[in-house]
Amino acid sequence: MSKSPREAKITTDQKLKFYKDMLLIRRFEEKAGQLYGRGLIAGFCHLYIGQEAVVVGMQDCIGDGDQVVTGYRDHGHMLACGMDPDGVMAELTGREGGYSRGKGGSMHMFSREKNFFGGHGIVGAQVPIGTGLAFSNKYKETDRVCLTYFGDGATNQGQVYEAFNMASLWKLPVVYVIENNMYAMGTSVERHASETELFKRGISFEIEGMEVDGMDVMKVREAGMKAVEHARSGKGPMILEMKTYRYRGHSMSDPAKYRKREEVDDIRSHHDPIEGLKKQLIAAGEASEDDLKAIDKDIKAVVAKSVDFAQESPLPDPKELWTDVLIEAEGV
Amino acid sequence: MSVEIMMPALSPTMEEGTLSKWLVKEGDTVSSGDVIAEIETDKATMEVEAVDEGTIAKILVEAGTENVKVNSVIAMLAEEGEDAASVEAPSSQPAETISGDEDAEAAPEVEDDVAEGAAGPKPDFKPSNDPEVPEGTTFKETTIRDALRDAMAEEMRRDESVFVMGEEVAQYQGAYKVTRGLLDEFGDKRVVDTPITEHGFAGLGVGAAFGKLKPIVEFMTFNFAMQAIDQIINSAAKTLYMSGGQMGCSIVFRGPNGAASRVGAQHSQDYSAWYAHVPGLKVVAPYDAADAKGLLKAAIRDPNPVVFLEHELLYGETFDVPDVEDWVLPIGKAKVRREGTDVTLVAHSRMVGFALEAAEQLAEAGISAEVIDLRSLRPLDTDTVVESVKKTNRLVCCEEGWRYMGVGAEIVATVIDEAFDYLDAPPARVHQADVPLPYAANLEALSLPGTEDIVKAAKAVSEGI
Repeated sequence: MSKSPREAKITTDQKLKFYKDMLLIRRFEEKAGQLYGRGLIAGFCHLYIGQEAVVVGMQDCIGDGDQVVTGYRDHGHMLACGMDPDGVMAELTGREGGYSRGKGGSMHMFSREKNFFGGHGIVGAQVPIGTGLAFSNKYKETDRVCLTYFGDGATNQGQVYEAFNMASLWKLPVVYVIENNMYAMGTSVERHASETELFKRGISFEIEGMEVDGMDVMKVREAGMKAVEHARSGKGPMILEMKTYRYRGHSMSDPAKYRKREEVDDIRSHHDPIEGLKKQLIAAGEASEDDLKAIDKDIKAVVAKSVDFAQESPLPDPKELWTDVLIEAEGV
Repeated sequence: MSVEIMMPALSPTMEEGTLSKWLVKEGDTVSSGDVIAEIETDKATMEVEAVDEGTIAKILVEAGTENVKVNSVIAMLAEEGEDAASVEAPSSQPAETISGDEDAEAAPEVEDDVAEGAAGPKPDFKPSNDPEVPEGTTFKETTIRDALRDAMAEEMRRDESVFVMGEEVAQYQGAYKVTRGLLDEFGDKRVVDTPITEHGFAGLGVGAAFGKLKPIVEFMTFNFAMQAIDQIINSAAKTLYMSGGQMGCSIVFRGPNGAASRVGAQHSQDYSAWYAHVPGLKVVAPYDAADAKGLLKAAIRDPNPVVFLEHELLYGETFDVPDVEDWVLPIGKAKVRREGTDVTLVAHSRMVGFALEAAEQLAEAGISAEVIDLRSLRPLDTDTVVESVKKTNRLVCCEEGWRYMGVGAEIVATVIDEAFDYLDAPPARVHQADVPLPYAANLEALSLPGTEDIVKAAKAVSEGI
């Protein structure tokens, strides 16, 4: 393992990195929302604003070679995996410079280099896929772990439980991260789940589950460390239910009439993951307002550059229509 | 009143088997549930239990007898109070299994085990346009079942990343015994019994393929793969494109497809057209054992997802397979099974056998039929079909599936695009009736296409020759 698990104590530098990574996702997504409004991004576009602590905290628990797979609310995961914001934004605008050369869009992006396996548009489909990546790790006798993210809505899909069963039966190195943002599109957890404590959904498969404050990056990291270690040591899967919240609608086309403005405002003002960390850093004297402003400024520049790139990158060559349907077989 | 004990069927498709062992002898008394004999096919061994109480009066079929027809009397049982010595064997053996309404069109032969001549003529199977067979090659008689197993075993020996998973593939040795022996050779790491969870293990296979393994996912039948079709199409077939070429998915989905025998609509369906519709997949449907082996080996090596459609009713059929070191065939090449000049018969999978049988009958009627075995449905070798039609000027497309939006529709459209001026008659299509497959023997026979349908269609398009 080229990247060792971090020590329990988190350094100031690490905290600042969390701050920076969460802020990058926040600013990137805000900008994506603007570009959508301007018609530069089309189709479905699911923003991650509010949920940043989940992916940033979890990413700190894994190392080189560990895999990540998620559903269609995937921009944050890609940025957290270290994928280039330029390539992500250019995919959102459907340009040649995008990660899928414009052929995937918001919901379908991948990076083999960064071990990010998508970006899947069918609710729950990534769960057996992530379990299969874990299967390949065990088969190849590596000690790699696959983080498999899905939402509260996906926890009602049958294939999720088919995967749970096999993962537990075969002790596969997979961590299931349920991002419970309280709403499956417009249907609240209370209205869609008979058992609303989703971390219990693995009980009948003998998969241990933990409920985690997904709005606190430190708590996410702490739980993530345990779960990743559990999976890596050959004990099989673990479920982390991240209690989180999305500030925006399900997708850009969702007016979010199913919840009250006050609910959003309350979480935003009392539980925001970025503001929370900011307060901690300042209170502990680990950073000043000015330090954090400087970070904010840097990030704005990164995001602005990605927007420029995404607008300047040309549309894919018409020849691209016909490429990547099949791989040319060699030596068969 | 004495009771006849008959040869039982082990499966819906079994017509005969070997009576391997008697566990009772004449004069023994038996109660209901006692094991009295063991019978076997090349797939399985099963115990025969007594149904009635009484004394074994006569054993009519000796242990070790092969090819004992299902429903033939194998022993006589004297009931209580009856003198066993006075029991006589029935004067004539009862007829074979239910064959349905005699007036209906003949039911296609349903063969499970090796039976000479029962599945129609065995044409000359020395591949005519597979240049890979070197001069002087010898051929080995092999069942389709074993050819598929050999293909998997050879590829698993060759490449550590190849593994097979599915329901009952390991300890049970395969529901249709296609994976027989693989567990012993490769162990349970590479021959993986899954729970009954098609959607889950198809998706898991796709993930494993993204993780650079080469899974062979066996569906007990393709009927059950409908549970998994989202993963096959949305995940396996489309991800390469959606990722701009990054996410290759080298995986084989294989298993029996098409009509079985008397199992009703949910267990009998031809998915050729369904999968062939989807870009990003390759779809293969072989007829004989040489193609089954050569194409499965190619499918396993292929860097793309391949749907490999086998036919349950062909598993027990024996064909010649070239006895060469590494028999691999290219995917996407049709094969001219029989040359002819008057009409082109296009078929795939089990329909090829019927087309060859039809060609034989047509020859007797003075019509020379060319038989093309498509072998691969995506890519589709339209060149071979078009060239043939240019020569014969007539076309009959034969498929086991439904006509509506079917394989034949695609072939006819292609021929009209590319060889319209060569056609001397409107192309014809032979296919399953546009209904879910019925259970009743006569209705099932009426629903499924067979030799007679092909002969009729070929004669219709050949009028005036």
